[in-house]
Amino acid sequence: MQTLQDTKTLNVHSIESFGTYDGPGIRMVVFLQGCEFRCLYCGNADTFDCDAGDKTHIDDLFKEATHMKSYFSNGGGITFSGGEPCLQAKKLIPLMKRLKEEGMHICLDTNGHILNHYVEEMLQYVDLVLLDVKHIDSDQHEKITGRTNENTLKFAEYLEANQKQFWLRYVLVPDLSDQLEALHRLGQHFQDYTQLQKVEIQPYHKLGVHKWELMGMEYQLPNTPQNTPEQIAFAKDIYEQYFRDVVVN
Amino acid sequence: MPIMIHYDTRPTDRRDARRICNQKSKLFDNMITDIENDVEPFVAGVWNDTIDVRDFVMKNMTPYDGDASFLQPATEDTELLFDICKQAVKEELANNGVRSIDPSTISRINSHAAGYISEPHEKIVGLQTDELLKRAIKPYGGPRVVEKACNEHGIELDPKVKEIFQYTKSHNDGVFSAYTSEIRKYRSLGFLTGLPDNYARGRIIGDYRRLALYGADKLIEFKKADLENMDSPMDDYKIRLREEISDQIIALKEMINLGERYGLDLKRPAANAREAVQWVYMAYLAAVKEQDGAAMSLGNTSTFLDIYIERDIKAGIITESEAQEYIDQLVMKLRMVRHLRMAAYEEIFAGDPTWVTEAIGGMDHCGGHKVTKTSFRYLQTLYNLGPSPEPNLTVLWSPSLPEGFKKFCAKVSVDTSSIQYENDDLMRKVRGSDDYGIACCVSYQEIGKQIQFFGARCNLAKTLLLAINAGKCENTGTEVVAGIPALKNEVLDFEEVMGNFKIAMKEIARVYVDSMNIIHFMHDKYYYERAQLALVDTDPKINVAYGIAGLSIVADSLSAIKHAKVTPIRNEDGLAVDFKIEGEFPCYGNDDDRVDELATGITSHFNDQLAEYPTYKNAEPTMSVLTITSNVSYGKKTGATPDGRAKGVAFAPGANPMHGRDTHGAIASLNSVAKLKYESAQDGISNTMSLIPKTLGNDDQTRVNNLTAVMDGYFTRGAHHLNVNVLSRETLYKAMEHPEEYPQLTIRVSGYAVNFVRLTRDQQLEVISRSFFDKM
Repeated sequence: MQTLQDTKTLNVHSIESFGTYDGPGIRMVVFLQGCEFRCLYCGNADTFDCDAGDKTHIDDLFKEATHMKSYFSNGGGITFSGGEPCLQAKKLIPLMKRLKEEGMHICLDTNGHILNHYVEEMLQYVDLVLLDVKHIDSDQHEKITGRTNENTLKFAEYLEANQKQFWLRYVLVPDLSDQLEALHRLGQHFQDYTQLQKVEIQPYHKLGVHKWELMGMEYQLPNTPQNTPEQIAFAKDIYEQYFRDVVVN
Repeated sequence: MPIMIHYDTRPTDRRDARRICNQKSKLFDNMITDIENDVEPFVAGVWNDTIDVRDFVMKNMTPYDGDASFLQPATEDTELLFDICKQAVKEELANNGVRSIDPSTISRINSHAAGYISEPHEKIVGLQTDELLKRAIKPYGGPRVVEKACNEHGIELDPKVKEIFQYTKSHNDGVFSAYTSEIRKYRSLGFLTGLPDNYARGRIIGDYRRLALYGADKLIEFKKADLENMDSPMDDYKIRLREEISDQIIALKEMINLGERYGLDLKRPAANAREAVQWVYMAYLAAVKEQDGAAMSLGNTSTFLDIYIERDIKAGIITESEAQEYIDQLVMKLRMVRHLRMAAYEEIFAGDPTWVTEAIGGMDHCGGHKVTKTSFRYLQTLYNLGPSPEPNLTVLWSPSLPEGFKKFCAKVSVDTSSIQYENDDLMRKVRGSDDYGIACCVSYQEIGKQIQFFGARCNLAKTLLLAINAGKCENTGTEVVAGIPALKNEVLDFEEVMGNFKIAMKEIARVYVDSMNIIHFMHDKYYYERAQLALVDTDPKINVAYGIAGLSIVADSLSAIKHAKVTPIRNEDGLAVDFKIEGEFPCYGNDDDRVDELATGITSHFNDQLAEYPTYKNAEPTMSVLTITSNVSYGKKTGATPDGRAKGVAFAPGANPMHGRDTHGAIASLNSVAKLKYESAQDGISNTMSLIPKTLGNDDQTRVNNLTAVMDGYFTRGAHHLNVNVLSRETLYKAMEHPEEYPQLTIRVSGYAVNFVRLTRDQQLEVISRSFFDKM
C-alpha cells in the first residue's frame, strides 16, 4: 500500500549541484536510484537497486533547485539522471511541472527503455533528452545491458515524432562498442533525425570500479583498457561523417 | 548603525561633464604640465579644491566595454628585468627562503640608497632596499622577533640595533606591559590566536593615488591646514591627532627625499602616465619600507592610472605596448616586495605572503562600471609575468560588469588560479562607498577615508568546548571562563550546551576586545603608520576587524548535538576527550537550512557580542570569517569536537564547509556559505573553491562560461567572497597531503561525480592517473 508520503518522495541516489557534463550550462544533477539495465561497464553500479537510496521529498528537491537558479544564466538547469529516471516518472511529473513553472530548463538522461503514459506525460516538461544508446546492434546491446535496444530506438522515434530535442550519448568501450561497423550503422540510423542536436562520445573509464566492489559485486570488465586517444579520434571521425556536432566528454 | 553617503550620485555622462566643466582650477595652473604635451586637460571638479580622488576618477575615467584583444605581451626590457627577478627568487628559495638581510639599518622611508634591478631597463624604479630581495629590519614591532628571524638565517642582528631598544620601547613591549592576566591566558591556551602583538598590524591602506594626483607639496599643505585646525583647548584627542599629523608631514617630506634618490620630483603631481605609475609606486614603496604589516594592500589604482594612460595614448605620446610595460614593471616591483619574518610566522601565514592586494573593477553609485583597459592590463601581467599570488588581484564582481571583462577574468582564473572575487554590489550597498580597496584578503576599506585595526581571530570551536567542559580548557583543564555549570545530562542536550556556549562567547568576546584595544593603542604609540596615514584623511573612520575560526566545526557540532545523539567520553578529570555520535546529522555545506541556520545564527550572535564593548578610538566593530592558512594550526590546538572531528585535525579554512562533508557538489556548498549574512560579518566571509579544469567543462570556452555563471550565481545569492582554484595535476597531489585545503574538489566525467578527498589514497592515485588522461 502506498502512503501519501510515498507519492511525494523520490528515491535519490545522490545530488551533484555542479554538473557540467549532463546538459548545457551548470546543472543540478539528480541521480535517481534504480535501473533495469545492468551495463557491464556501469560507473554507477550503486544505483542498480530500486529500493535503495534516500527517500527525498520533492519539496526539498524543488527548494534546492530554486536556490540554484541564479547559477543557470548560461543555459543551465536541472538534469534527472540515474540509474534510470523513467522508473520514477509518475512521481517526477509534479516536480517537473513546478520546476517548469519556475522557468527552469530540464534535461532527462535516460536509456530510453521505458515509454509508458507517465513517461510521455513527463516528457512534456522536459526541454532536452540525453538519450543513451549503448549499441546499435540489438544482440550486442543485450550483451552489454541485459536488454535489447528495441525500446531505446522506439524512444528515439517517439522523440523525433513529437519534436523533442535530444542529444545522443554513446559510451565508447574498447572491443565492446567501438566496432567500425557498429559506429557506421548508428550513424546511418540516426543521420536524418532532425531532433538530434548533438552526439556525445563518452570514453570508457574505470572510475566506478570501486562502487562494484562496494556493492559486493564483481566488476565485469576487469581487463578492458581505457580508450587510446586514437580510438576516440577514430570514432569521432566516423560520427562526424553523419552528424554536425560531435563532442567527446 | 546607518551609513552616511556623501557622494555626488548624480548620473554623469562623462563627456557632458567634460564639456561643461572644461575649465581648470586655479590651483593647478602652475602644476600640470600637460600644455606642452598637447594632452587633453582633466575634467575639473571638487577634486581640484579638496582631496577627493574619487571625484577625479569619476569625472575622468573611460569605461571599457570591449574584450581582451587589445592587450600586448611583455616588452624586451620587461622580460630582461623579470629574468633577473626570477633568478633572484631562485636564489632566495635555495637559501632557506631569504636571499640576503641587512641586519644593521633600521628600515625607514630614507634608510637605504636607491636600488635597481637593472637601471637602464627600468621604466618604473624603486626597491625596498639597495639590492633586489635584500630584506630590511623593522624592529618597532618587536626587536626580539627581528633578532630571531636574523638568527634563523645565520645572521647576527647588529648590536647597535639591540642597544637602541634598551633605551626605547617597541610595540611588543608596550602591549605586554599592559596585557591583563586573562588576555595572556586566553592567548597562550589558543582561544585568541595570531594577535598582532609582536608583529605589525598592517591592513591600513594609504591612498597611494594621492601622491600622483596632488604631489607631496599639496598634500603637506592640506595636512598643515588640518594641524592648524586642531587648536586650543588641548584634550587627549587633539593632542594625539596633532602628533599624528606632524609625523605624517615628516613622512611626506621624506617621500620627497625618497623620490630625489631616484631622480623624481614627487613634490609636484605626476604629469603623464609613466609618472603616475611611478608616483603611486613611490608612495607605496614608502609604506613598505617603513612597515612590515601582515597585509600591505595597494588599494584600487588601476582605473585611476588608466586616466593618465588613456590621455597619453590618445595624445600619441605612448603606445599600448608602453602602457602595458609600465603596468608590468609596477607589478614586477610589487612581486619583489619582501618582509623579514621568523619561521613561526609561517604557522599563521604560510608562504611568505605580503598581501599587496589590489581591487579591480566594480560598479559606481551612478550605475556605471569602473572597468577600464588598465583593469585588463593588470590581469594581463599574469600572462606577461606568469601566474603569481602577489599582488593579490581581487576582482570586484557584479553581474552587471561588462561581459568582455567577466569572460577575461574567468579565463585568467582558469589559466592561472591567481585571482579572487568579491561581491561589489553587496559591499557598495552595505558599506556605502564605491571607491574602496581590499585590506589583506577580503576586507572592505574605503580608500583614503577609512582605516582598519587588524584583529586576527578567536577560536570559536575551542570556545564551544568550554561549554561542554564547565569552562575549562579541553587540553589543560585550566579554568578559562568562570560561571559555566557542568552539564547535567550525559548525552549532550542542545539547549543546555547552547546556553553554556553563549556564556563562553560573551566572555571570549570581552577579553578579545580588551586585547584589541591594548594592541592598537600600543601600535599607534610605538609603530605608527605615518607613511600610509599621510595619504589618508586626518582622523579617518576606523573599523576594528575581529575574526573567528572554526565556524564549520561549530555548526556541524551543534547540528550533531541537535539532530543525532552525542555523548562525550570524559577523562578522569571530567574533560571531554572524544565524542560518541549515534545517528545522522546534516552538515554545513549541503544547502541544508537545518544546519546552515546554526552557522548563520552563531556568526551573527558572536558579532553582536563583540559589539557590546567600547573600543579604542571608537573604532566600529566588524568581524571576519577568515583563517588564511591558520586553520591548520588552530586545529592542532583544539581537542576533539562533537561533530566527530578528532583532536588536532585541521579546521576548514575561512567559512568553508569541512572537507568531505559537502556531498551535494560545489554549488550546494557555495549556497551554504552564501547564507552567512555579510551584515553580521562585515570584515569579510572567505570561501575557497577548488576545481580541476575538467570539472568546469570540456573546453576552454565552456569553462570560461561556466565559471562566469558560477560567479554571477554565487554573488546573486548574496555571498561575499570567492577564491577560485582551477587545479593542475600537481595540485591534486597536494590535495592528497592536505585534504582540508581542498574541501570541494570534485572529479567529474559524464554521469559520474566524486569528491576527491573522500576517496582512499589508492583511489586518489587512480583518479590522478585517469582524469588527466586526455591532457597528456
